Amino acid sequence: MRDYAEKALSYLDRREVQYGDVRLLDSRERNVSTKNGLMGSVSSDETQGLGIRVLIQGCWGFASTDNLSPQSLEQTARRAMQIARASALAKKSDIVLVPEPKTEANWSSPFQIDPFSTSVEDNLDLLLRADKEMRSVEGITLAEGAVHFRRSHEIFLSTEGSVIEQTRVVTGGGIAAHCFAGDEIQKRSYPNSFGGQYQLKGYELINEIRLVENARRIAEEAVALQRADLCPQGKRTVILDGSQVGLQIHESIGHPIELDRVLGMEANYAGMSFLTLEKLRNLRYGSDIVNVVADARLEHGPGLGTFAFDDEGVAAQCTDIIRNGQFTGYLTSRETAAAIGENRSNGAMRADGWNRIPLIRMTNVSLLPGKGTLDELIASTDDGIYMETNRSWSIDDRRYHFQFGCELGWEIKNGKKVRMLKNPSYSGITTEFWNSCDAICGPEAWTLWGTPNCGKGQPSQTMGTGHGASPSRFRNVTVGIAYAS
Amino acid sequence: MLPKERCQELFSQILKHSEADETEVLIAGGASELTRFANNTIHQNVAEEGYRLSVRTVFDGKTARATTNKFDAESLKRVVAESSSLARQQPRDPDLLPMPDRESYRAVNRYSETTAAVTPEDRARGVVSAIKIAEKNGQTAAGTFSTTRGGQALLNSRGLCAFYHETHAEFSITTMAPNSSGWAKKDSADVRDISPERLAARAAEIAARSQDPKDLEPGKYVTILEPAAVLDLVGFMFFDFSGQAVRDKRSFLTDRVGEKLFGSNIDIRDDVYHPLQSGPPFDGEGVRRKQVTLVEHGVVKSLTYARKTAKAMGTEPTGHGFPLPNEWGEAPMNIVFEGGKTSVNDMISSTDRGVLVTRVWYIREVDPYRKILTGMTRDGTFYVENGKVKHGIRNFRFNESLIDMLNCVESMGEPERASGEESAPMIVPALKLSSFNFTEVTKF
Repeated sequence: MRDYAEKALSYLDRREVQYGDVRLLDSRERNVSTKNGLMGSVSSDETQGLGIRVLIQGCWGFASTDNLSPQSLEQTARRAMQIARASALAKKSDIVLVPEPKTEANWSSPFQIDPFSTSVEDNLDLLLRADKEMRSVEGITLAEGAVHFRRSHEIFLSTEGSVIEQTRVVTGGGIAAHCFAGDEIQKRSYPNSFGGQYQLKGYELINEIRLVENARRIAEEAVALQRADLCPQGKRTVILDGSQVGLQIHESIGHPIELDRVLGMEANYAGMSFLTLEKLRNLRYGSDIVNVVADARLEHGPGLGTFAFDDEGVAAQCTDIIRNGQFTGYLTSRETAAAIGENRSNGAMRADGWNRIPLIRMTNVSLLPGKGTLDELIASTDDGIYMETNRSWSIDDRRYHFQFGCELGWEIKNGKKVRMLKNPSYSGITTEFWNSCDAICGPEAWTLWGTPNCGKGQPSQTMGTGHGASPSRFRNVTVGIAYAS
Repeated sequence: MLPKERCQELFSQILKHSEADETEVLIAGGASELTRFANNTIHQNVAEEGYRLSVRTVFDGKTARATTNKFDAESLKRVVAESSSLARQQPRDPDLLPMPDRESYRAVNRYSETTAAVTPEDRARGVVSAIKIAEKNGQTAAGTFSTTRGGQALLNSRGLCAFYHETHAEFSITTMAPNSSGWAKKDSADVRDISPERLAARAAEIAARSQDPKDLEPGKYVTILEPAAVLDLVGFMFFDFSGQAVRDKRSFLTDRVGEKLFGSNIDIRDDVYHPLQSGPPFDGEGVRRKQVTLVEHGVVKSLTYARKTAKAMGTEPTGHGFPLPNEWGEAPMNIVFEGGKTSVNDMISSTDRGVLVTRVWYIREVDPYRKILTGMTRDGTFYVENGKVKHGIRNFRFNESLIDMLNCVESMGEPERASGEESAPMIVPALKLSSFNFTEVTKF
């Protein structure tokens, strides 16, 4: 494979190309799902291709192909250069990249069980056992389950001399039980909604999440929600489970810190950010106990944002985003770091395939743990609402105002869960919300959650991001407005 | 798209390797280029060309799909083996139907040589002309100009051969003034239908008109939705017009088909043959798409049905199935929402106190059966008073049931092909609603 990438790089006219890189990607996926006791779908997918990015006259051009013949590689290189020259027709200033040392490396993500070594028969057997458990609960009208595996092998070569090979294995899986009755559909998902849990692991993740053992419980909860009271409306203390805190981080911290958004590069689609440049090191983002990092290193954990090098060849790093409540850092690229006077990118450029350019994407943007267990947090709460597992999420295009719905709620009185609540939701303004955080559970309750479906860019790209989080408490939060008629 | 002869040659090679009872091949792909601009300059500019070949095999009631983009002989052999292996490892599905036989399709012409011939320089010149308009208005522009040529071929061992090719061009622009913004977007098979200058002028006018936005208390207001806002809202309900979704009891139409669910002035159909539509005249199994009346005078008349769903529900397939195997069944993909004759200006003139919405953003489903959606307004939200647009207002969050919304449509504009960000393009009108529920307000 490396030969193809070298060949492609050799077709760039070095007299004209100020910088160029080639990314060759070969990936394989398997998806297996079940529904109501039957196979839902079984499919596999492989894709191989190459993308060439060049900087000419201070402007970017990119072209990609899945045809790796010498003739096609030469045409693709020429197309990338032609496109960069066309970009110069609307140039305002030259793009400048901060320096990055030349690197040669070969890295593979660790795993215990190669997911592709498991049989489809075994994948289906596991999901069908979980399915049977869910449907054994009276009232369940739809049971779903799925597992997903992906292995990607990428070669990165640049005109600066970097040669980097990386192989990443991602595994995901989850189940969901639906209950339709009267005029309502209730749903419970495990271990998370919208596909379950995803990590940079092998099949051991599927063994760890114990789908069959949790199937009956979530089915019973889905049925019980039909009889539960509606989440009240008003200002309340809210405790969020770790997975919901993970999504809250994703939407109200992870996206606003993307420097391309701040600089207006995403204004037409994903939007911009309230974190304008003067706020760096001058904004109280959250309360004193809020500490957030963007950490792509393996020592942070097997997250969907874990790698050795980003797609510009920059080594994985840990960046302080919020320290003791103070806003301290953006996610950057070589281009945007230069634009704000930084001397190095913090390595957040990622592309979702061979046919896409890298964009600034979240790595593992995680809330560092505090102290104590969820039970202790609930026990220390006089009056509040506990919410678990995301059901809906929405935030404005500058990331100020958000609203989230969850699958399950519990009213807390005098330190105890006293009443199940259906259709819980909460809303707020990002910085007001994070400043109202007064408790974060400890390392024993901390999980590195995977968000496999983060969309950004034109043409659109879907990226997996990681979010370490533990259950956390927030005061004086608006709840229930989603159902206010 | 690959020539028909090449697709047939690939299919023959696949058949040689296949020991399955039945074999289907789906080939799709093409070439796509997109010029992206922001801060009044081109900042990203990309091109891709690629094709995917997907093989579905059937062995005694078991089916699976394997896909590759490698077309060498060894890879073709391997993709057949992979599909066969995945299929053989499953339990038998007694309801799996034989693949459909060959059929004929009504021709649709969605290919423009002009669009196919657009160069990076052509797109750059279009972008420059739009940027000039933004700069003339003291604004900053961001957006995209893209052109695509592609298609698909579907062939199966029972003789079915379906081919489709199309072009697509799209221009989208957001222009930003110091404390406001405007937006416009258009797509078509023919790039000559798209005027970057006109779209830039429209966006700039919205941004200028919404400057210095004021606060308006959240609440229920008479609301005028431009077509793009209508598209992105109603687009959230059409996956529920699926027989399989109703069988699964995950559709808001469960137990409601035949009911008058919406106002008497609501008529919606699925019609792939409408001149403003895009997409092939066949579904994921190669079944010819039919025109389907989904809603007539507010009554939910019909759903869409893939072959398997249709058999289970005792009806005829409509040609809206997704490629097999899948969990979802089918959905209408070519919505035509009938409209009226009232222009947006006339809607404004007849409004004493209300809100005008250019577009909506980040819409998500809050409640699947009441079909409550939440989302934000964006890039041009206005207060209307005494028949005139009074001033821009800060953007609202809304929580509104689509069922309630389509029961309070006061007037409708001429339907047009609208292009948004949350749903695929559809033919929809502007709507004036007697009530829309804005629940909170953001800071800009």
